Amino acid sequence: MASEPQGGLTEYIQHHLTHLNFQVGPNGFWSFHLHLDSVSVSLGLGVIFCLWFWLQARKATAGVPGKGQAFLEIVLEFVDGQVKDVFHGDRRFLGPLALTVFVWVFLMNAMDLLPVDLLPWVTEKLHVAHFRAVPTADVNMTFAMSVTVLLLVIFYSFKAKGFGGYMHELFTAPFGKWFAPFNFALNLVELVAKPVSLAMRLFGNMYAGELVFMLIAGLFSAGSWLLFGMGVIGYAVWGIFHILIISIQAFIFMVLTIVYISMAHDHH
Amino acid sequence: MEFNATLIGEMISFAILIWFCVHFVWPHLTKAIEERQLKIAEGLNAAERAHAELREADNKAAAEVKQARQQATEIIDRAQQQANQILDKARTDAVAEINRLKAAAQDDIASMAQRAREDLRERVGALAVQGASKIVQREIDAAAHKALLDQLATEI
Repeated sequence: MASEPQGGLTEYIQHHLTHLNFQVGPNGFWSFHLHLDSVSVSLGLGVIFCLWFWLQARKATAGVPGKGQAFLEIVLEFVDGQVKDVFHGDRRFLGPLALTVFVWVFLMNAMDLLPVDLLPWVTEKLHVAHFRAVPTADVNMTFAMSVTVLLLVIFYSFKAKGFGGYMHELFTAPFGKWFAPFNFALNLVELVAKPVSLAMRLFGNMYAGELVFMLIAGLFSAGSWLLFGMGVIGYAVWGIFHILIISIQAFIFMVLTIVYISMAHDHH
Repeated sequence: MEFNATLIGEMISFAILIWFCVHFVWPHLTKAIEERQLKIAEGLNAAERAHAELREADNKAAAEVKQARQQATEIIDRAQQQANQILDKARTDAVAEINRLKAAAQDDIASMAQRAREDLRERVGALAVQGASKIVQREIDAAAHKALLDQLATEI
């Protein structure tokens, strides 16, 4: 067990909080970066989710379901029940959206349960220095999803109320037409607050969770068997607790998505 | 970053986490799944059973209707037979009664004719005696000639 100086932990954490950056375009103003780790893991998990559900759906029977089908039915029924509770309209779009959000976010969160050094260790063998396994601990990922939700909210607001109706609502609610600029500013804040809170909540939880894992992992190389044992137990306990957190965060993201989009259908 | 104790510690913790999931999370999931399977299987079974029962009830009802119809025709047949029997019996009874009455009437007629004949005979006898006494112009000893007169009466 290599004993490292205090700087080691800071360095360790900093190392783990660095994304696999991929610069697109030339240096300078027009270049932008891709977090290839977040993109690849989230896409991979998305593909796994789609293949899994698609293959099960293809061989689904109306009779007694197999264990795999029964599990998916339970998930589907749970998500559909949540949508049904909040939204009283045509669920053909919102249902699948909620299912996708729930399962995808859950899978991405679940990457947090993998040992924090496992994937980086594997990628290091492939000569990739930095790799963060949890896409939802990347603020870009959570904002990507929440901004998509915001666009859907705006789209459904227009669709449900018409251009005039939505504009009217933006400028006259909640204080009437004499406070139009004030109303508009208020509604804008409300609109922007939705994706920000949605993204920051998920990001914050997953980032903090990942950080705690790293801090505990610092005990492993602290230099004594006692600390090593405490680290093992602490890491496991935090992992068990984290099962709850990842489920709850996926659930909250799904429910808020449903709530925001169903609110877009409501008339004030 | 070199391979060190950190990864080993994390892997041990991960093993504990997997053990936890296998023992405390997985059973709940499989239980829910199996309960759902059982519920669906029971539901399908119940539907199947209800279907079979309905079919059976239909068959039974049809059979019962058929049997009832058969019984009804049997009853009608028997009733007709009975009616015919009663009619036949009444006819034979009536014929017998007629014959009996006819015989009695014939008996009556015969006995009345007999009586009338005997009456007539007696009167003719008396008339014959009267006529004979008138012809003889003297009293015939009735007692003395009674045997003769009776013989005469029977001959008439």
